[in-house]
Amino acid sequence: MDPILQFLQKDARLTPREIAKLTRSKLDKVKKKIARFQKEGVILGYKTVINKEIMKDKSRSVRALIEVNVVPQKDMGFDKVAERIYRFPEVTSCYLLSGTYDLLIVVEGKDLRTVSQFVAEKLSPMENVRGTVTHFLLKKYKEDGFLLKGKDEDRRLAITY
Amino acid sequence: MPKKIRISNVVEQMPPSGIRAFFDLVLGMKDVISLGVGEPDFVTPWHIRESAIFSLEQGYTSYTSNKGLVKLRTYLSRDLRKRHGLRYRVDDEILITVGVSEAVDLALRALLEPGDEVLIPSPRYVSYAPMTQLAGGVPVIIPLRASQGFKLTPKDLERRITPDTKALLLNYPCNPTGTSYTKNELLALNKVVGRHGLIVISDEVYDELTYDFDHTPFATLPGARSRTIYLNGFSKGWAMTGWRVGYACGPAEVIAAMTKIHQYTIMCVSITSQMAACEAVVGPRAPLEEMKREYARRRVFVVENLNRMGLCCRRPEGTFYAFASVKKTGLSSVDFASRLLKDQRVAVVPGTAFGAEGEGFVRMSFASGMENLKEAMQRIEAFVGKPL
Repeated sequence: MDPILQFLQKDARLTPREIAKLTRSKLDKVKKKIARFQKEGVILGYKTVINKEIMKDKSRSVRALIEVNVVPQKDMGFDKVAERIYRFPEVTSCYLLSGTYDLLIVVEGKDLRTVSQFVAEKLSPMENVRGTVTHFLLKKYKEDGFLLKGKDEDRRLAITY
Repeated sequence: MPKKIRISNVVEQMPPSGIRAFFDLVLGMKDVISLGVGEPDFVTPWHIRESAIFSLEQGYTSYTSNKGLVKLRTYLSRDLRKRHGLRYRVDDEILITVGVSEAVDLALRALLEPGDEVLIPSPRYVSYAPMTQLAGGVPVIIPLRASQGFKLTPKDLERRITPDTKALLLNYPCNPTGTSYTKNELLALNKVVGRHGLIVISDEVYDELTYDFDHTPFATLPGARSRTIYLNGFSKGWAMTGWRVGYACGPAEVIAAMTKIHQYTIMCVSITSQMAACEAVVGPRAPLEEMKREYARRRVFVVENLNRMGLCCRRPEGTFYAFASVKKTGLSSVDFASRLLKDQRVAVVPGTAFGAEGEGFVRMSFASGMENLKEAMQRIEAFVGKPL
């Protein structure tokens, strides 16, 4: 992977100037490259990783992983059906899998009722959806490489040789 | 009145660490950002910790052979051959020690006769001179100059050699200066060492943290293997300081002598730590590379900021230390460190902890998260920007 992307993937707040220093390249070149990555869609966005597990705010949303069995469409395979599903804003992720079911989708809503409603009223009635199994998420331990717990404390002595 | 217990002369006469008081001050203070830590801020990679836990579950809780687990020595022998072309026999040329510290002590005790001189380039790691004295030897300090990047030159080396000189204690990349040597620089030193038949005790524990060029073990230089005791360990590269595992490789007769002392004083290194070390040698190297990348990133940040503030500092070739000059403040190393601590609650280590040659410098560790480093740099800037 391009070193610029490696650095940005770890810390999206790095400025082009800092990246230039770290990769020992010219500032101009870095800026151009980043612009190109954005234009080509290699860089899709920048976001903050929030640990909702320890948030004081109790208005946490509900998440469900839903297994979806579908009937593929002639000439289109799964793509067309998948598109009809992932266009819903409630669907935050959508994957096509091998195995006993076809699509795995992640749905987010403000409470159990909202998510259930989405499944019952939008997803299941679809013509090409043969069946669904909904798993509500109870607790998150790790996400995208981040451990979802409080900060580790520094156990080292403050000063050593 | 009870009679006072008499302490041995050699210990009584060892100078106490001059900056103990400063250390106590730091340890007694709260909310300090510490750049004074001499170990990685990462914890040991999980695959290594997990293998140690597994070994405990399997009941590996016994002594091992004095020299260390055959498995670990075999892995090390293979790894050294693969990565550096170094060939050490598993049976009699490798000894597993309690960190490199024990290995240095063993090497000195195995080699020195009373009065033998050991050359120690300085600023140096704190324990080299006291260990030499405890082994009955005479530490001969070779002052290194900042203007030469704190590098030992063949000329400076040659000048200190006497008929009593037995060994050169070399440490690269160096704690505290971060200085390391290219292959060509080492070749030049090796010529002098070879000409005078000196033994080189080479402490290369920071070798994995070399940034600007490939690390060259001293023992790989022409003719050097037979008079080099190659010391290394897992503490720095693999973030395994608390496990206390290191190793010594060298000619069989030296390793046999070191093993003799080791078997009576230590017996063997903790088996759990040795099992963990096995995993470090044969397991994936990605976590180490990841940590190294992070240090490299911080190195650029810290060195650049210090220089901008006028605390001149060369870019260290290795380690996670910046050795910065505080001369522009007009303060001594200890005064600078004490005032910075009281004023801004940032802890650094005065250069004089590493010998008189460290006067005018402080060691700042970048084994600390980027957020901490950013905050520390702001505080240091506030401190040096103020009229003193």
